[in-house]
Amino acid sequence: MPLEGDIAQRKTTFKQIGTRPIRPDGVDKVTGRARFGADASAPGMLIGKVLRSPHAHARIRKINTAKAEALAGVKAVVTRDDFKDRNDALRDVLVNCMARDKALYDGHAVAAVAATTAAIADKALKLIVVDYEVLPHVTDVDEAMKPGAPILDKTMFTNNVEPKPTKPSNVASRCEFALGDIKAGFAKADVVVERSFKTEATHQGYIEPHACLANLGPDGQGEIWVCTQGHYMIRNTCADLLGLDISKLRVTASEIGGGFGGKTTVFIEPVALALSRKSGRPVKMVMTRNEVFRATGPTSSTSMRIKVGTTRDGRITAAEADLRYQGGAFPGSPVELGAMTAFACYDLENVKAVGYDVITNRPKQAAYRAPGAPMAAFAVESVIDELAKKIRMDPVDFRLKNAAKQGTKSAYGPTFGPIGLIQTLEAIKAHPNYRAPLGPNQGRGLASGFWFNFAGQTCTTLNVNLDGTVALAVGTPDIGGSRASMCLMAAEELGIGYEQVRTIVADTSSLGYNDVTDGSRVTFASGLATIMAAREVIKKMCARAAKTWGISADAVTWEDGQAKPAGSNAGNFKPMSFKEIAAASHSTGGPLAGHHEINADGAGVSFATHLCDVEVDPETGYTRVLRYTIAQDAGKAIHPSYVEGQFQGGAAQGIGWALNEEYIYGKDGRLQNAGFLDYRIPVASDCPMIDTIIVEVANPKHPYGVRGVGETSIVPPMGAIANAVSAAIGVRMLELPMSPPRIVHALDSRLKKAAD
Amino acid sequence: MSGHHVTTTINGDSVEFVCEPQESLLDVLRNHLGLTGAKEGCGTGDCGACSIELDGRLVCSCLVLGAEAEGRKIRTIEGMAKGDKLHPLQKKFLEHAALQCGICTPGFLVAARALLERTPNPTETQVRYWLAGNLCRCTGYDKIVRAVLATAVEMKQEKRHAA
Amino acid sequence: MARVMLGGTLKSLAGNTPVLEVDAKTIREVLDRVGEVYPSLLPILDRVAVAVDGQIYRNQWFAAVKPDSEVFILPPMAGG
Repeated sequence: MPLEGDIAQRKTTFKQIGTRPIRPDGVDKVTGRARFGADASAPGMLIGKVLRSPHAHARIRKINTAKAEALAGVKAVVTRDDFKDRNDALRDVLVNCMARDKALYDGHAVAAVAATTAAIADKALKLIVVDYEVLPHVTDVDEAMKPGAPILDKTMFTNNVEPKPTKPSNVASRCEFALGDIKAGFAKADVVVERSFKTEATHQGYIEPHACLANLGPDGQGEIWVCTQGHYMIRNTCADLLGLDISKLRVTASEIGGGFGGKTTVFIEPVALALSRKSGRPVKMVMTRNEVFRATGPTSSTSMRIKVGTTRDGRITAAEADLRYQGGAFPGSPVELGAMTAFACYDLENVKAVGYDVITNRPKQAAYRAPGAPMAAFAVESVIDELAKKIRMDPVDFRLKNAAKQGTKSAYGPTFGPIGLIQTLEAIKAHPNYRAPLGPNQGRGLASGFWFNFAGQTCTTLNVNLDGTVALAVGTPDIGGSRASMCLMAAEELGIGYEQVRTIVADTSSLGYNDVTDGSRVTFASGLATIMAAREVIKKMCARAAKTWGISADAVTWEDGQAKPAGSNAGNFKPMSFKEIAAASHSTGGPLAGHHEINADGAGVSFATHLCDVEVDPETGYTRVLRYTIAQDAGKAIHPSYVEGQFQGGAAQGIGWALNEEYIYGKDGRLQNAGFLDYRIPVASDCPMIDTIIVEVANPKHPYGVRGVGETSIVPPMGAIANAVSAAIGVRMLELPMSPPRIVHALDSRLKKAAD
Repeated sequence: MSGHHVTTTINGDSVEFVCEPQESLLDVLRNHLGLTGAKEGCGTGDCGACSIELDGRLVCSCLVLGAEAEGRKIRTIEGMAKGDKLHPLQKKFLEHAALQCGICTPGFLVAARALLERTPNPTETQVRYWLAGNLCRCTGYDKIVRAVLATAVEMKQEKRHAA
Repeated sequence: MARVMLGGTLKSLAGNTPVLEVDAKTIREVLDRVGEVYPSLLPILDRVAVAVDGQIYRNQWFAAVKPDSEVFILPPMAGG
């Protein structure tokens, strides 16, 4: 592959990389001009709304839409009958967008209408009569696994267990990752800690609800404007579900108001297209916050058992995890990723992680930042902390003694290349936060975390304008400042100013396929494609200069944004700048453009260590985070401000997950807190300043050494905060969130125990 | 369906519109007047993305009826920059990278301006509590709080220069 | 011969097999050999991730596999 050779052209000194220029989309975003999902409209536009199941589990006997259709102003009603059933991998996606024989969770879409106004659409929903046969339901992962639990899918038999089950079950599959011999490993341990943990489901909590504007004509040609992490994914999935040619559906990604993995699939988009096709009008759909909570993709709730053994001098001899993740009403919880990542921070000879993918009457989970990893890390890091205390070893030293490093055979199989876990631990140990004095009711905790990072299908075009500026088209929605990073990388490579590059996110008809903005991939993969496209332009520019000078193309080199004769033998010509070559391009062979397409790999695994101090009010159980420090390996920070922002944002989401956020289901199986008032995400007064240390252990698979940074930052916080809270109150906290009632309960149990 | 005819002032301009009685001011701004800078994150006054000023008071426009705008003075994010001159808060938000996705940014800026107009020298704690009605899911608030504090310092210096 | 190991679900799907030795120069060839030995894996082999000497690849048929390579076939993986 040519990639290897090109990456060998590694850069280690930079003019622009690592600076902090103002992002190109900044002014639009501070003036209110930036256009997000719900900010578009079209002539003749209708408003689409969804009727959702009020039941956690119910057979849908009949849906009568006659009255709704007859209401003045209603232009289309769709139900399951408007979507062709299928039997392939997309069936779950389809059924999640529109229920078929059963409603599988509170909030499951059952029908949708398009009307001339929102008020009429709301009225029409009330006129749809659904005949439900309510069925027993289950929402808790442990309950769902018990014999006798209500079965969601009578055709589902647990995969990968011997002997093959004869009865259907809510357990979709089992997976296992193992190395060495854990029995022998535990036999060598002086101290063993075994604990069981539970975590509640949390939501990504992006502030922008899902929104789209769809327009599909009777000729099968259509367009969607949509807030999504992947507009090519929207195009391919919707085209498939609606039976359209991919080429006939053009998708434009709006500015996106947060995603964190939650906008990596379809919910309302196929419905909006179906309504548009049926009504012959553009249809806009915007979810309410209630719908976002009830019917998009929160992450799994979990139940876990962790057992780790160590020698007295701090060498871990064996580690074992049983992980049970429910992923809502369809198989596919990220338990396998949990099992792979659980012990990835440690260099272990004997390790075993078993995962169970469980279905329940909850919304189908979607990716949430390092999907599957944070829960397992919370449990493992809690046990590691307890072990360190038991053997009276400093928790950083204990981790350092067992830390994964280059050459470590990871618990999930492959051997690690250059990684930066040890550097993050050392940075945390050296930070003043680690020595700050603690008062009464205060505690300190730390935890490490790992995420793979992915790259994937990527395609980028770089067009050179006559005035020497550059138009860069990428196909990965910019979710946190990536256009700034792309401008920086293009400018660095071409030797022109940051301001000379304008990066846009192209629509699906203007640029080849790009995977979703996920897996912390964009700065790595779109960045790599951008660098390669720029190098192609440079090659072409050198050739144009060579032609101009009448010398051979390989006698020209590129230096500091100029084409130069390679040496005195090549001739004595005045160097031609990027701008000069661009200006002459129409006379030297035509427009100049570079393009690169790649299925990128090697986004570079990443590790982080988080440290935090908390104070717990023993009266109320309220926890205040006093200090928070993050060290994470970024490989190479392109725009350090946005790298820090990723670190800090992950930590804040982790603070919410650790202390407050949870899906609360009633006995009726309905979500009781589907709003920001009752599902409380951290606000400014809940957070301290969050200090960051960017560790840079270059990723050998990127020309600048970049690693993904977006996801790792949410892996350690729950463990770090749980360790701090447990230290503050003197009771080991085993459940998330550690909300005030849970902390008060833990303190009461301790008092009761003492009294007994 | 009978609409309310409303006359109001938005960012200094006289504006007239007709709205249904149940429509929120946010709906009116976004759907009737094309002012989409205020965002709907929740519709229940919990997220602050729709923050505007109504007669100098910071409100969630999703909790105000369109009809209530009659005779009032409204300030939205669209009126924050003067022509091509950004407000100091807008500049500092950019310099400090105080936004990632940017959906909450208009609400934060409107809320932060209301704070600095009342409390020109806020402490970090004051900033954090004043902005507690605005949710941001991307930044962890660190850079937002720093940007507001830095703006306060700069505006104070500018005032001193002007005096 | 490259040493091929199966991870997670795949391992159980293949009946908890130990190490497999295959003669292959690329990932595609590895997957073809594995599919021949374990037809039960065929439905999933187009979507798996493959780690060759520590480097994880997704959908890279032509990535090189050396005679002494250590290859892990891992379940489909995605991030958020």
